This record gives sequence, structure tokens and C-alpha cells, in this order.
Amino acid sequence: MNRQPRIGLLADGKRLHLQDGPIDLIIEAHGSGMSLHAAYRAAASRFTGLLDELCAELPLLRQAADPRACALKGGVARRMHAAVAPFAADQFITPMAAVAGSVAEEILGAMMDEARLDRAYVNNGGDIALHLSDGEQFTVGLLDRPDRFGVMRTMIVEASDPTRGIATSGRHGRSFSLGIADAVTVLARTAAQADAAATIIANAVDLPGHPAIVRLPAESLQPDSDLGARMVTREVGPLQEFEIAAALDGGAAAARALLAGGLIDAAALQLQGEMRIVAPRGFSPNIAGPVRGQSIGNAIHA
Amino acid sequence: MPTDASIASDKIRCDACPVMCYIKPGAAGACDRYANHDGQLVRVDPHILLEKTVSHGGRLVPFQAGGDWDGKIVSERDVFVTAIGAGTTYPDYKPAPFIVSSQIDGVDMVTVVTEGIFSYCGVKVKIDTDRFLGPETATVRVQGEAVGHVTTSEYGSQMLSLGGVHHLTGGSKKEGRVTCDALMDLSNCRPVELAIDGGATVVVQAGYPPIVNGVTEERMRVGCGSATIGMFAKQWHGKVDEVVVVDDHITGVLSEHQAGKVLEIPETGIKMKGRRSTPGRYFQVAEPGTGWGGTNISDPLSILGSFDPRTSRPGMTMLMVSTTGEHAAYYELDEGLRPAEKPMPADLKLSVERIQENCEPALCTVLFMGGAGGSLRAGVTDNPVRLTRSVKAALTRVTSGGAPVYVWPGGGITFMVDVTRLPAGAFGYVPTPALVAPIEFTMRLSDYAALGGHMDHVRPLASLKPNAETLHLTAPPSLPGSRP
Repeated sequence: MNRQPRIGLLADGKRLHLQDGPIDLIIEAHGSGMSLHAAYRAAASRFTGLLDELCAELPLLRQAADPRACALKGGVARRMHAAVAPFAADQFITPMAAVAGSVAEEILGAMMDEARLDRAYVNNGGDIALHLSDGEQFTVGLLDRPDRFGVMRTMIVEASDPTRGIATSGRHGRSFSLGIADAVTVLARTAAQADAAATIIANAVDLPGHPAIVRLPAESLQPDSDLGARMVTREVGPLQEFEIAAALDGGAAAARALLAGGLIDAAALQLQGEMRIVAPRGFSPNIAGPVRGQSIGNAIHA
Repeated sequence: MPTDASIASDKIRCDACPVMCYIKPGAAGACDRYANHDGQLVRVDPHILLEKTVSHGGRLVPFQAGGDWDGKIVSERDVFVTAIGAGTTYPDYKPAPFIVSSQIDGVDMVTVVTEGIFSYCGVKVKIDTDRFLGPETATVRVQGEAVGHVTTSEYGSQMLSLGGVHHLTGGSKKEGRVTCDALMDLSNCRPVELAIDGGATVVVQAGYPPIVNGVTEERMRVGCGSATIGMFAKQWHGKVDEVVVVDDHITGVLSEHQAGKVLEIPETGIKMKGRRSTPGRYFQVAEPGTGWGGTNISDPLSILGSFDPRTSRPGMTMLMVSTTGEHAAYYELDEGLRPAEKPMPADLKLSVERIQENCEPALCTVLFMGGAGGSLRAGVTDNPVRLTRSVKAALTRVTSGGAPVYVWPGGGITFMVDVTRLPAGAFGYVPTPALVAPIEFTMRLSDYAALGGHMDHVRPLASLKPNAETLHLTAPPSLPGSRP
């Protein structure tokens, strides 16, 4: 089979687009022209063949992670395992929960090995690895429902923050969720850690047994899903305000435990228009919103 | 592109990449790029969707222009680029490919995609039914929350006015959210159950018959029984001695009716049951029901008394018909002045068919109404009022998701659009809450320059001929390139 990843710049001439199978990356780096060139070339080079590498170990990646030992060989696969291992003792989780973040991190790492950059990000469908040199910052947009138009909020991540990874998980994404959150966005030290933690927290936003929630076995939807027969959320009907609060409380409790354990820096949980933030006091990535508030205000009065 | 797919039972094994997903019918693989459509592996990339003219927003154009795009570009001249955003037209299609191309002012990256136009708006609902839905100004509720009110009725139809600032942001949080959801569902042609204070519960879905208190409305009658007599008296004159139009509301009798008098139709000695209102018009000939003319009767003769032997004569003819023409029968009086059913003459059959033809199917129709204020217009031009003037002068055409709109005279660009004319899922929302609706301004490039357009941001559609002068602008304030 003659399969080549898609490699090219987007129309703005600044951002690199890499796509292969289900992996879809948007990359942007800031730095000197020479280093940009070197960084993008390194990204494309590392990307080529990466999916095949992962797929070679796919059966093992789809099994529940062993919290103590890692039998995986590839660098990305081992990073996936390491990211989910802290959760594996207490619950079912497979390394696949961290695949997007781990790939983003791998590519960013390859770029940083070849070039000095002021700042850079690798965005893998919403799971993002960041590089920030001193004094730099990134503005990140958030929203609650990828399947609908949703208003965006912003977070600013500064170089002095510990955060270098951002990930979003929820029931509208490409992967299945055991919970009902519309979106859980997590800031963590690495993209792989953020990815795994977002999955865990999104699963914890739940109302078990609630009649408005439709769940189906994952394998009935995707025969080879790593979640097997586990019931994944397909639909969530309208919930009462106290129910939304209860579900978010559950997720926030899980997030606070991860925060206390140093596994995440902050989390934003969203369910049916309500948002809950879990972050340490004085943490600077202030979640403000909505983005370009003026425009949204304008729009309302438009 | 994959060339073959091995089939295991109803599943397809996709060989587009080494993930080798098993894909069930109707589902997509892990990439969301390939799907199983009736056993066939199909590509559901956005450019495939684009080939259907139901297409996506301005952001797609630069995405294709990236140089590495191996799909087809928008090459058909009749493709209209609408303001409808990504990921809304294909079932279960998730917008991952669009994430990649979106870049929003002041934001370096997004974790998931968003775009669209924010409008402040409502819907006007016309429900074709004569049934009582509720008193004028009564509150209309969804899930117990007030979302609008009953407004002045129109011919054969009840009218509702839903949404607007008061319910979206003036009430409780829940009221706003419920209103927003109801507006979006109605605008996206989905059914919504509305409960009217002191009235009925009605399920409204644009383009479908209303369901009032659980009963589906079939047809709009052409008029009440009396009105039907008035409309068709001339056509019956000379072809039949008597006509009774059976109606739950007002049953009409030709020979007694003013219209019959004008035509000098002689008395027939007919005797109606029910309460006479004015000559030839009878209330309450039967109970309401699902039989003839919205009554509970299946034998129309049951609403007649005996014919008066002083006026009636054997051989007299009579047509009985319902207000919708769904029921009709033809009679001749026998020697005992009893109506006996006979085959209907062709010219009377024609009149019955004409009644049917004039009874249109009862529908719910939903017009979305919104206004493009100064700031939205500023996304199009640096002198917003010129856009308004240009629209009023018909130099600029306004469309919503490619559908024609009615632009209300006066200030601003306030428009109405029939939601059934937009592509599926064209409307979105923001949790503010407010609705997101597409709007496009189309004008000649020279006119655009003249009204102060952002010329430095104009990108011709790659598909347009190099010298083409028409510009398809998708210019909400949120689109990149639409403002400096």
C-alpha cells in the first residue's frame, strides 16, 4: 500500500498541517526563519512512519494498562503507558486514553531537538503540546460543544506556568466517554498527562442510572474499541440544574484529587452550559471569557 | 484512497491506514474520514461534502488553498459558499478536519472548532389549524419555561412569536437556555412541543402538520361550510337542487344561504338539525369528531330531518360534501321524499375535487427573524451604514445559508427566512444564550469596494474565473480575514 502522510502548510503560510489516518496535527512555531524551517522539517520527518509504529503495538495499546510494568517498546507507546499508569491501579484505562497527547508531545520533542524556538505548539485535534521560552505566552480558546457552535472562552498560558500540555475530553469528541461532560479541558505538565487526566475527569462527570442518559456498549458502535463492552454515553437529555451541579461536583472532586496529586495544573469542566473550574489559588492561567468578548457582545446586540 | 475493503459480516475493514478499523454500517472509522455507507467504504472528508452545494464556511477556502489538498476544489460555478460553519451537514460527522484550518483573532489555537455568526433573534411560527390553541398574548412554554406568546391569528392559521431578548436573556438562566434550544430546534426543522397557557399543547415542526393535543392536523379547509357555499354556489347553480356543506363549525345549506338567494335557487323543503344561526348557516349539527367535516358523523343524512312535503318533490337532487371535500355523496329524493344515494354526476364530482384542491395540507411554518446590527456589518465594511444602504438599494443580496430572505424595510438589516430552505443543521447557538445563524452578503466586487469593503482581505474563490466580478462574501465578524 502506498500511503504517505499529508504534509503541507496551511493557507496562512505559517502553520504546518500533518495528517495520517486518524492523526491530524496543526503545528505553529515562532522563531527565526532558519529554525522554523528546521523545526517543521523535523516534525514532518518524525511524523512519517509514526502511525505504523503505533499500529504495530495496537493490540497491547488497546488493553488495560498494567500500573506496574510496561511491555510496550515504541517511544510514543511507552509515553502513553506512563501517562495512564497513575490511574490504572484504581480503574480501567488503556494507553489509548493518552494517544493524542503523546503524539503531540513526540512531534514537539522532535522539533525542539532540531531548533531553538521562541514558542511552538503541536495541536492534535485539541490535545496540545506547548513550548514557551521565557516571557512568552499562549492564548488558548475553549468551548463546550464541538458538534454545535459554542462560545469560546480563553486561557492564557505563560512561560512561568508549569503547564506544557492541554487536552480536552468529553462525549462529543472522536473518542467515547463513559461520562456525560460536554467538555473537560485539562492543563498539565505534558500533553500526554493532560490527555489521560481529561479522560479520567470527563468519565467522572456522570449521573449513573439517570433516565435521560443513553448509553451503549462501545463495541456495538466501534467493533474494535479499546473500551469493549463498557457502556459509553451517546445521548444526554435535558438535565435539571441540581443534576448538572451534582454531575459537575463528581468531576470536580476527581479533578481536585488529581490536582492534589500533582497530576494536573487546572481543569475546566463543562456540562449543558455550566462551567466549573478547578485550579490552585493564584494559578495564573486565568480562564476568562468569552474570547473577543466585544464581538460576542456586539453579536448579541447585532 | 483505499481500493478495496474486506467485508466481515456487516462490518467493513478499512485499509486506508494501518489502524485497519472495523466499521459498522452507518458509522465512521477512528479518523472520521472514512465511513461505512450501506456496505461501501466512503470518504466523508469535508471536500466531499463541499461537492454537495450544501457547504461550509469561508474557512474552507483557505484550507484548500494550502497547496497540498488532493481533493477537488470548489470548481462548480453554481456552488454558493455559505456562512454555515463546519461539521453540521453530515450525520455524525465530527469536525476534526476543520479544527486545523481555523484561526481566530487573538487566539493562537483552539481545542475544538467554533465559528459562526451571532445573531439576536426569534422565530415566527404559523400553524395551519382552526383549532383553538390559546388566547391571544397567552404565554407559550417549553419544559415549563416561557419562550414566547400567542400573537394575532391569520386566516386558517394560529400564529406564535417565540424568542427575542426578553426570554433569551431577560429571565432566569434556565428560561434563556430552554428558549435558545427551542429556537435552534425549530430553526433546524426539529419538532418542539409547545404548551400554551390556558390552551393546547402543540407539537411544531417546520414543514410538517401540527399535532394539536396529540391529534395530527390533516388539511386546511377551504373555509367553513357557509363560506364554501358562498365560494361554489355559482358552480353548483343549475346542476343540483340542494347542497349541504357539512362542517363542525358552521354547516351551510345552499337553498337557504344568501348566496343561493342571490342566484334565486328555489326552496327545497330541507330540514336541518342543529341550531340555525342566520339563514342557511347552522351551528352544532353534530359533535366534533373525525368524521364528515370535523364532526363525529359517518352518515351525513343523520343531520337532516324529514323533507317538507309542501315544498319537496320526488326526483329532487342533493349534494352533501364536507368542507375539505374528503367526504361527498349525491342523493335523489324517492317517492316518499327520502334521499336515496345515487352515483354522482361528473360535473358535481368536479366541484368536489375543486374543494379538495383548495384545501391545502396543514403545515407548521417557521420563519427565523434576526437583525444584522452595526457590528456585524462592520465585519463586512468599515462604514457599516453603507452596507445597509447597499442592501436597500438592492446592490447587495442578503441570503441566509444560501436561502432567500425578506429584508424588513427601515433601519438595520432585519431579515426573515423560511428555515426549511436552509441546509440541515444550519443554526447553532452560543451559551450566552443566543442563536447562531448564517447570513451572507453578495455583491459585485466594484460595489464592495465602493461601500468601503475590506479589500485587502478579499480572497477570490479559487473556482471563480480570474476575471469574474461576483464576490461571494461570507463575512460575519468572527471569520478571519473579514476585519483588519
